[in-house]
Amino acid sequence: MATVPVTVTVNGTERTTEVEPRTLLVYFLRDQLGLTGTHIGCQTGQCGACTVQLDGEAVKSCMVLTVQAEGHAVTTIEGLAPAGTLHPVQAAFWEEHGLQCGYCTPGMVLTAEALLRDDPDPDDHTIRHAIEGNLCRCTGYQSVVQSVRVAATRMAEGAQPEPLLRRS
Amino acid sequence: MRRFDYASPATIDDALALLAGGDGAVRPLAGGTDLLTLMKADIATPERLIDIKRLAELDDAIALDADGLSIGALATLDDLEDDPLVRQLAPALAEAAAAAASPQLRNMATIGGNLLQRPRCWYFRSSLVHCWLKGGTECQARDGENALHALFDQSPCVAVHPSDLATALVALDASVRLRGPAGERSLSLGEFFAPPTDDRRTENVLAPDELILSVRIPPPADNARGTYLKAMDRKVWAFALVGVAATVARDGDRIGAARIVLGGVAQTPWRAREAEDLLVGQRPDADLFARAADAALAGAAPLADNGYKIPLARTLIRRALAAVTADGAPPA
Repeated sequence: MATVPVTVTVNGTERTTEVEPRTLLVYFLRDQLGLTGTHIGCQTGQCGACTVQLDGEAVKSCMVLTVQAEGHAVTTIEGLAPAGTLHPVQAAFWEEHGLQCGYCTPGMVLTAEALLRDDPDPDDHTIRHAIEGNLCRCTGYQSVVQSVRVAATRMAEGAQPEPLLRRS
Repeated sequence: MRRFDYASPATIDDALALLAGGDGAVRPLAGGTDLLTLMKADIATPERLIDIKRLAELDDAIALDADGLSIGALATLDDLEDDPLVRQLAPALAEAAAAAASPQLRNMATIGGNLLQRPRCWYFRSSLVHCWLKGGTECQARDGENALHALFDQSPCVAVHPSDLATALVALDASVRLRGPAGERSLSLGEFFAPPTDDRRTENVLAPDELILSVRIPPPADNARGTYLKAMDRKVWAFALVGVAATVARDGDRIGAARIVLGGVAQTPWRAREAEDLLVGQRPDADLFARAADAALAGAAPLADNGYKIPLARTLIRRALAAVTADGAPPA
């Protein structure tokens, strides 16, 4: 069966390629573009590890065909902040221990960032409702909610991406 | 997932032409959140998908006019959860959307696709079982593992309808506008959803070469309020064990009109007409709600493992009626 041409803007760069229609967005991102920050978890739309942003909204990239992203913009964890810097949401997860093993983190961060663009000052209920679709088996979610709360505060104060090296 | 071809037609007529005669081998694709799940599990094996999300004539608009609220088939569950008109005029729908799936799926899933999603019965969802709903001769759940299955027996299949929105929309007396090769038709959702039969092993009467264009909710009656309550086996992100949508219009200090619809108890949204009849003309109080809840479940015929749904449904009905008749609650 025929491949189809697709053009998708990924992290600000337009990418044109041929894909089999059955190619899931997560495989296009990982296998064709090498963007392995998007993790594969359950492949059934349950866990949220593969969350990316499609036109700024969080979606599960194992539940989206690449052809569905044709003409749209995708943001992965690699594109959230300029190379070598941490987005304020990433910095807040670092500082507030919003992760342990890190497997859910790219998806969790992209979900949180989309929430904060929509609602810059969410209460805890709103944060928990927003991350319902991102499973974390390490933290018990408490530190994740705290990270999002801190990120909201920092961003309200005008926080910008900061160099990663300063933290290591 | 098996290989398939993909087409992105420009017009609805082109899409309908591509769907015509496909009889299941050609399927429309919108958000894909249920279809891809079925295809990954080898339950649906289309040879070709027709992308209807790019059709200019099909939209996600939510608009109010004299006939009520019109919702384009491509409106996402996230749109419904947040839309001010839906929240004001059809809060049961906004609450049902917010309670469905997870945020990432709500950003992709459309109202049209949500109404067409297939049951979550584990026998139906297993490629190892050729159950009656998939064209076989036997419903394995009927005498098998049936904790999530139907209380009301309408069909050889005892799977329940999985849609939260469907339950709310039937309570809101909504209808769907459909378009097929012969033109357009409108059906109330009570007519649209129909238990599967030997000749039609789906949960609705949509033809394979027909598309949902929009959903319409009539203007709410004066003093009408509504809500949707959902019981799950965890707090969020699960299908309804039981869902209850209730809409009640007050007539002075009495109930003027009521609709009570149960999800998770039948192959289609289940209207509790006995309970509705019992409520009309009465003054709302806890005793009335309890009698209505009992009446709603009086005809239930539980299977071996799902009897727990009866007290669960009764409780949700009582709570929903209390919520929509409580003084001081926001009007709907």
